[in-house]
Amino acid sequence: MANITMSPADAVAVQGAPAVRVRSYWQNVGYRLRYDYLTLFFGAMVMLILLSAVFAPLLAPMDPYESSLINRLKPIGYKDFILGTDELGRDILSRMLYGGRISLTMGIMPVLVATLVGGTLGIVAGFVGGRTNMLIMRVVDVFYAFPSILLAVAISGAMGGGVVNGMLSLTLVFIPPLCRVAETATSQVRNLDFVEAARATGAKTFSIIRVHILGNVLGPILVYSSSMVSVSILLASGLSFLGLGVTPPEPDWGLMLNTLRQAIYINPVVCAIPGVAILITSICFNLVSDGLRSAMDVRL
Amino acid sequence: MIAYILRRLLFVIPIALGVSIVCFALVYIAPGDPLNTLLPEDASAETIAMVKKAYGFDKPIPVQYFIWLGKVLTGDFGNSIASGRAVTDDLFKALGNTILLAGGAVVVAFSLAFVMGLVAGYHSGGPVDRAVTGIAVIGVSIPNYWLGIVLVIIFAVELNVLPATGMGPRGSDTFNFWEWDHFRHLLMPMLTLSMIPIGIITRTTRAAVAEVLNQDFVETLRAKGLGEREILVHVIKNALPQVLAVMGLQFGYLMGGSILVETIFTWPGTGFLLNKAILTRDLPVLQGTILVLAMIFVATNLVIDLLQTMVDPRLKRS
Repeated sequence: MANITMSPADAVAVQGAPAVRVRSYWQNVGYRLRYDYLTLFFGAMVMLILLSAVFAPLLAPMDPYESSLINRLKPIGYKDFILGTDELGRDILSRMLYGGRISLTMGIMPVLVATLVGGTLGIVAGFVGGRTNMLIMRVVDVFYAFPSILLAVAISGAMGGGVVNGMLSLTLVFIPPLCRVAETATSQVRNLDFVEAARATGAKTFSIIRVHILGNVLGPILVYSSSMVSVSILLASGLSFLGLGVTPPEPDWGLMLNTLRQAIYINPVVCAIPGVAILITSICFNLVSDGLRSAMDVRL
Repeated sequence: MIAYILRRLLFVIPIALGVSIVCFALVYIAPGDPLNTLLPEDASAETIAMVKKAYGFDKPIPVQYFIWLGKVLTGDFGNSIASGRAVTDDLFKALGNTILLAGGAVVVAFSLAFVMGLVAGYHSGGPVDRAVTGIAVIGVSIPNYWLGIVLVIIFAVELNVLPATGMGPRGSDTFNFWEWDHFRHLLMPMLTLSMIPIGIITRTTRAAVAEVLNQDFVETLRAKGLGEREILVHVIKNALPQVLAVMGLQFGYLMGGSILVETIFTWPGTGFLLNKAILTRDLPVLQGTILVLAMIFVATNLVIDLLQTMVDPRLKRS
């Protein structure tokens, strides 16, 4: 994580003045991100998607719940329905905007919680070592033995559908991989000289973790959890698609795809629209995560 | 080597036991008494006690687990609540169909992704690389259930050249790979399922090839006067084990992850079975199917791990 790459500004500094400005790791990350236009662009897209979900009540042209029997399954641009209507005659654009609220929450929240829980567990396992490590990591190994979608389907299938159960099962899916990433990074740092030195100078365990471990472990954890967001969004809408997540009439991208699927012979184009939202969101999150990875110089 | 294999096998046993505990627990995290689906609402106390005894629910939970485990080890997964048939009957039939689908998808993915990754790795940084990387990003970002719907819309609804659902003509439930009438049913689900592995295998191949090309021995080969074609052989030889390992993992992953695609195409595999079990709250089927799929995943991982160490003994140390 050393300051290896030299920016143009550094080169000038080296030539001009003897005092070389040394940037911290995070300053360096920020510097690299500032010139990574692709990542910045997709980061802005992510912000737009999030904002459009937050301000859905202001942006949506119509009531997402109001159905109308005579306006069922109308094509794009029919009357005031910019993206057409669904099988109950509800405005698809409004439902997509509102749907983003649930779909994004269901996708992002599990990753956030899993990052906190899994990250903490991993750091504890890696730092304490010994039996604690054994105990935590063996339990993690068991959950690792399930393909992620299968575990999510198993848990929410057994507990029954619903947003809360869906988010709970997704959180359980993401804790093991995050725990493993945190554990690996922590045990690599734990035995380095500077941690030993800190301990020798009498630093308390908590402050060693806070200053030395966290500073080195946070990068990999953040990069990994950011790459999980797009997976989580796909899984969350997949659960709703199977009828295990959001329950009707709540608007959600995955659930919309599921209910519109019955109408592919009547109005095929409209049926595919909610999936575009999932695809674009997932691509944006993926590319931002890729950008973060190269800016933070993390190899997972 | 044999000692290593034994050690790895030993390591898998606690994981397999853990997986079985999770699957066993699934019935207990389900809301409500598992008996409710079996009994009428006005069942008398004696009937309840009788049924409890018949299903072994009267014993303490750890005892129930070991009884269940003993049965599972002899291949008895109980009976489906919905159909009354033994879970194993439906499960193993479905398993064959899913293996066909997942295997096909992985082969398709590998053949496309390896070529793309190889070309991209060779021209790392160039326009071809960027195009391939873009395809790979779409591959891992695309919701495959949506892709399935789009393919159905294009090829079944609009062009009417491929069947939208099922695995054979007239609802046939046997599959003949060599007959076009059957094979065309496999095309769309297979392609849909191959999308994620295409993304992942392309990325892996690209990274592996670029890494091999950066190593000193390639320089030596060039200095020795080898042509590009001979160097390519060396590069493939060095990159292939890693890529094949990822391909194997993807197979295990698809075995368990095909539920969405199978649901869309009503492909009668394990995913379809799972979906049916969830809708009818058929917990024995859910439990048995998930246990078998997870075990397959564990087994694939183990086999790949062992094969990799055979190819590259350096890995044994880690």
